[in-house]
Amino acid sequence: MAETSTNAQSTPPQGETRRDFLLYATTVMGVAGTALAVWPFIHSMNPAADTLAMATTEVDLTPVAEGQSITVTWRGKPVFVRHRTAAEIEMARSVVVADLRDPAADETRVKKPEWLILVGVCTHLGCIPLGQKPADPRGDFGGWFCPCHGSHYDTSGRVRKGPAPLNLKVPDYTFLTDTSVRIG
Amino acid sequence: MSGQKFDNKVIQWVDDRLPIFSILQHSAVEYPTPRNLNYWWNFGSLAGLVLVIMILSGLFLAMNYAANSALAFTSVEHIMRDVNYGWLLRYLHANGASMFFIVVYIHIFRGLYYGSYKAPREVLWWLGLVIYLLMMATAFMGYVLPWGQMSFWGATVITNLFSAFPVVGDYIVTLLWGGFSVDNPTLNRFFALHFLLPFLIFAVVFLHVVALHTVKSNNPLGIDVKGPQDTIPFHPYYTIKDLFGIGVFMMVFLGFVFFAPNFFGEPDNYIPANPMVTPAHIVPEWYYLPFYAILRSVPDKLMGVLAMFGAIIVLFFLPWIDSSKVRSAKFRPLYKQVFWIFLANTFVLGYIGGQPPDDTTVMIGRIATAVYFGFFPLLWLLGKIEKPRPLPLSISAPVLKAKTAAQPMEKA
Amino acid sequence: MRKFLLSTVAAAIVAVATPALAHEGPKLEKQDWSWIGVFGQYDKAQLKRGFQVYREVCSNCHSMRLMAYRNLSYIGLTEDEIKDAAGEKQVQDGPNDQGEMFMRPARPSDHFVSPFPNEQAARVANNGALPPDLSLMAKARVGGPDYIYGILTGYGDAPAGHTVPDGMYYNKTFPGGNIAMPPPVDDDRVSYTDGTKATKEQIAKDIVAFLNYTAEPELDVRHSMGLKVLGFLFVLTAMFYALKRRIWADLH
Repeated sequence: MAETSTNAQSTPPQGETRRDFLLYATTVMGVAGTALAVWPFIHSMNPAADTLAMATTEVDLTPVAEGQSITVTWRGKPVFVRHRTAAEIEMARSVVVADLRDPAADETRVKKPEWLILVGVCTHLGCIPLGQKPADPRGDFGGWFCPCHGSHYDTSGRVRKGPAPLNLKVPDYTFLTDTSVRIG
Repeated sequence: MSGQKFDNKVIQWVDDRLPIFSILQHSAVEYPTPRNLNYWWNFGSLAGLVLVIMILSGLFLAMNYAANSALAFTSVEHIMRDVNYGWLLRYLHANGASMFFIVVYIHIFRGLYYGSYKAPREVLWWLGLVIYLLMMATAFMGYVLPWGQMSFWGATVITNLFSAFPVVGDYIVTLLWGGFSVDNPTLNRFFALHFLLPFLIFAVVFLHVVALHTVKSNNPLGIDVKGPQDTIPFHPYYTIKDLFGIGVFMMVFLGFVFFAPNFFGEPDNYIPANPMVTPAHIVPEWYYLPFYAILRSVPDKLMGVLAMFGAIIVLFFLPWIDSSKVRSAKFRPLYKQVFWIFLANTFVLGYIGGQPPDDTTVMIGRIATAVYFGFFPLLWLLGKIEKPRPLPLSISAPVLKAKTAAQPMEKA
Repeated sequence: MRKFLLSTVAAAIVAVATPALAHEGPKLEKQDWSWIGVFGQYDKAQLKRGFQVYREVCSNCHSMRLMAYRNLSYIGLTEDEIKDAAGEKQVQDGPNDQGEMFMRPARPSDHFVSPFPNEQAARVANNGALPPDLSLMAKARVGGPDYIYGILTGYGDAPAGHTVPDGMYYNKTFPGGNIAMPPPVDDDRVSYTDGTKATKEQIAKDIVAFLNYTAEPELDVRHSMGLKVLGFLFVLTAMFYALKRRIWADLH
């Protein structure tokens, strides 16, 4: 509802306070009405119901053997799901946390130590790091290596070298059973 | 129009550099408007409001619509079901189109009744007709976009009309289609043009308002303003009256949007377009029905097309066809009767346009078409032979009984 | 003024008559639907029964591509019930890492799975006739829900002199009287989980309600928002009018 503002020409004298009230009350209601009318237009730009429905992905972990990684799509982005070996877990936990660029203990980045779930988007400028496939380079720390500008991530997905400022993000996830997880 | 002085320093600073506030003050605040305008004068501002609503709702719809024949229908349903308030955007836009035409038709008939098309308002009248033609084109293309059965078949029938033109007809149709039938290329270009045209309409509306402000508003008596005693400033009198009119209009408009959103529509358009199946009755949207009736009344294809377009073109010549020096039907007893008959006849034409053609409806349609076109020579004749009622001395003079001497003719 | 009123009445009559008369057809019996009228709302228990009818009866031939399984939460199905309903059907996905397409159970975010992969397969299975998609049926026919109810309850013996071609059935509501669809509902065709007596009329009413929901899922919100918006506008317009009278008072 388009609204033309009504400007009072001058302050009316005492006797016209009733018209004042009506004028102010009407203006307030008119402005409120316009604001309420604007909201549906803005909200229509927020994610639609089908987009929100894709906001969670369930992943079956049974086919992922120890030492293997799979990549799933979640909210349009790749998510790395890695079944870590004992050696990889040990390597992740033996790091001095305080020395890290983005300090985080491995225990805080996993719910079950053998399952590492990360958003596979480099925190530098958004490329997808290599390391999911057996033949991929892993970088110097046994995790992932981003080919775009040379960031290295360790077996906990933490940045150790290169221009990336932060560790690979851990998305919200819940274990539905021991062998299936819901991401998002 | 700089030179206005404002108390507020910021406003003054801006106005010295771009006189937007002076212009607003002159044309929307102080603008001298006849004091006797009735509610039929609200419909211009209502039309402007609906144009803004259509552009806004259309813009947000366009954020979610896919203009491809494989995706269009589903994208509209995506808007209706998944986009937040998408159903509201869609129903605002679809019903807004109908409201736009209702408001504009009332606005046009107001002009016919009160002689607002006569000198010095001829160019104002033409600009209005240009807006109307642009609206027809915009609405036609817009209806194709959901790619339902009526979208597709309405587009097929109407674009096929152009094949009536001799020699170049088929080439024109192929050019319009971008192919050998209405298909994806047609849909795509209709979307581009449908998005563009409203901004052209907006520009012509701007010119329409400038033309209005040049010659100033007509009034129900049809007589010229004689002096400041005949006018009142636009603000606050007509701003508040327009706001009230907007309130009433919005209640009617939103009544349809929320409680009868498919009243003006066609159930067949909820069926995805199928080039292999023609609907039993192809009906254009209601606002085209009178012209559709005229088209079908003429047995020859080319003459039917010419009659249909002619029905609108003839309106451009109205200021010269109507030779009466008196503007308002209030003082033209014969013209007044003819006007009401003309108005009723357009409803008859509209009804006929929506009916499947059989012997009776075709006959009535032909009579109504004859009445429509007969209106114009009759108007010319009336201008010569009608004896108008005596005009009042001025707008502000008290309304005198017919006996008191007043100029019999007001020079237009 | 009188002429104006006469013209407006004439206009209103033509305006209402034109859409109605533009489509002739057998007279439809108007039913009592819970969502009709300014205060109309869906009966969610009815919608749930209607979905049961679609699932057990109609979905064998009719697709409903615009509905997603997640939409069923509105009519009261739990997340598990939705997963079950979806999981009953298989959806093609892929290609996998081997480059093959594969089938997987449908998820809540998927749209309703169609009974046939394409139009041609649907026609082969139905004597050449194509069972239409039902998502928008309540809006895609003149008379909407009343028409669909009329079809479902309109089967019977053909009147004298009316021939019904082989493979078709007489239906008094269907234009022309001969419909390709065999009568889909009868008494106790489904057994309702909420204990409602499943007469033919009840089943027909429930599926029609569900079909209206699939065509107009926003109706409940549209009506409630409409009441608030129009109420607000009425007050605001009254205030505009009062202000107008006040401002114009010194002129009259």
